Amino acid sequence: MSVTAPKKLSLKERYRILTRGLDWTPTYQEPAKIFPHAEFEGIKIRDWDGFVDPFRLTMDSYWKYQAEKERKLYAVLDSFQQNNGQTAITDGRYVNVLKIFLTAITPGEYQAHRGFAMLGRQVPNVGLRIAAQMQSLDELRHAQTQIHSCSHYNKYFDGLHSFSYQHDRVWYLSVVKSFFDDARTSGPFEFLIAIGFSFEYVLTNLLFVPFMSGAAYNGDLSTVTFGFSAQSDESRHMTLGLEAIKFILEQHEDNAAIVQKWIDKWFWRGYRILAILAMMMDYMLPKRIMPWKDAWDIYFNEAGGALFGDLARYGIKMPNTAEVANKEAFRLSTETMLTFYQMGHASGFHSWLPSEDELKWLAEAYGPEWERLYLPRFKYFRELEAKGEHYYNPSLPQLCQVCQIPMFFTEPDDPTKICFRDTVYNGDRYHFCSDGCQHIFEGEPEKYVQAWLPVHQVMQGNCGGATIDEIRKYWRVEDGEDNYDYVGSPDETMWKSWQADRLKVGS
Amino acid sequence: MSNVSITLYNNDESRGLIAAILKDNPASTTMRMPGVVKIDCPNKLTILRETVENELGRPWDVQQLHMSLVSLSGMVDEDDDYFTIAWNH
Ligand SMILES: [Fe+2]
Ligand SMILES: [Fe+2]
Repeated sequence: MSVTAPKKLSLKERYRILTRGLDWTPTYQEPAKIFPHAEFEGIKIRDWDGFVDPFRLTMDSYWKYQAEKERKLYAVLDSFQQNNGQTAITDGRYVNVLKIFLTAITPGEYQAHRGFAMLGRQVPNVGLRIAAQMQSLDELRHAQTQIHSCSHYNKYFDGLHSFSYQHDRVWYLSVVKSFFDDARTSGPFEFLIAIGFSFEYVLTNLLFVPFMSGAAYNGDLSTVTFGFSAQSDESRHMTLGLEAIKFILEQHEDNAAIVQKWIDKWFWRGYRILAILAMMMDYMLPKRIMPWKDAWDIYFNEAGGALFGDLARYGIKMPNTAEVANKEAFRLSTETMLTFYQMGHASGFHSWLPSEDELKWLAEAYGPEWERLYLPRFKYFRELEAKGEHYYNPSLPQLCQVCQIPMFFTEPDDPTKICFRDTVYNGDRYHFCSDGCQHIFEGEPEKYVQAWLPVHQVMQGNCGGATIDEIRKYWRVEDGEDNYDYVGSPDETMWKSWQADRLKVGS
Repeated sequence: MSNVSITLYNNDESRGLIAAILKDNPASTTMRMPGVVKIDCPNKLTILRETVENELGRPWDVQQLHMSLVSLSGMVDEDDDYFTIAWNH
């Protein structure tokens, strides 16, 4: 008999050893004391051993592939910096999407890192804990690589200087902050459904695929590279979210009602955040990949439809507000853009009116109803600009108690009327932008009455003062640099001088 | 029946992978966007290690897929010789 090398273990075998062989049954501590958060949400698990991560990634391959991803990414970032990649983007306006990304999304990555670290400690199944720990590291990597690649733009462009400080204070950033605060302060199962399933599986594709493809289209090699590098981890995260939800639903029939409530809640919470992404895609990318509505159809109606088709056998239905989201699809980006346009003096990035060509593109994408409703408004704002009277809204908006977005969304069936809901709780009246948000509040009023609402904070004197100058200082929004219209901004002056230099080379 | 979907980097490494997918899943359709390729297929899509190795002309570990993967939609099953995405309805 010849001597043979020991056979290499199969993928499934290696994963089994990692997740079963390395865990142990405690003998001198109660499981309930080791995992104190596992039961209070009411989710019933009969057999924790039933959970398997389909990617079966062991630690050695995890480190190997993540290191390779980082090497590739940093090679691109290095070369982008060395070769002044910022001068090769389509237009200086483009950088404003990065300002939103860095101040709104990147701190969300960090919050996701913290949330998954909690999950990696609190769930009583080792496969799930390992996957959550990997995801926690991934999310930290996303935050770091995003900060790193945006730091290069920060050498040249305004509005990128104080992202983490601003994230905790500025009015529109509280929308994202409150979303992740809400998720992280729920129990481990709700967090898993909120971020791992509703956000990662149903919604992040919209952020990281068509939007990042748009970054590529606009010549931003550094952003597209971190975007797809991050999204390559998301595939693993999405799969974890889907496996986790299946596992929970298979464990006990009582779980379906709780899970459905979370899906309804977190779909709507996540969808509301995407309003700003819709604006970025339709109004802020100088060259566009596809209208928001098309991306919504591909990634929500098609991919989400297939997903919920699969979950139907557990009695799980599409989120109860999906219909409203579909009704809003043709106007979401425009309602959001028109609001930010009026709040340009109080924002950390520039806004601007679409050009004639861009309006044509929008009209084609969104049809006659869109033209009828919005073209006159653009025309009106343009006339004001021509007279040197750019409209800035001097008032403080009323915010939705749940999503914290100003009340600018309209009635599902009447886009000419602001949608407004209110509920009295313990003698106080609370305001909401939609049935979705009102419903979420009424499910857990004691949580949402504690919301840190930027406008209320200003009114209470907690934001540096009562004048817009004082509030901007408190936000670290540099007046005359970071804010107002792109036209006339220092960013524009710099961009134009770069373009002039380029032309000189040829002559 | 619904589509499953996989989105891959539009780079040299992925070219062989995409060719292999189209060969083994003739019902699939591709959508090209700047930087990425999205492949949709009714109900189920399989990536076979052997076909990918033939296309690339070198050994290929199924987990190497992590280096090309941008997104996917469907339930995953992975082993040494294959990677499938499927819906069960
Ligand atoms: Fe992430
Ligand atoms: Fe709301």
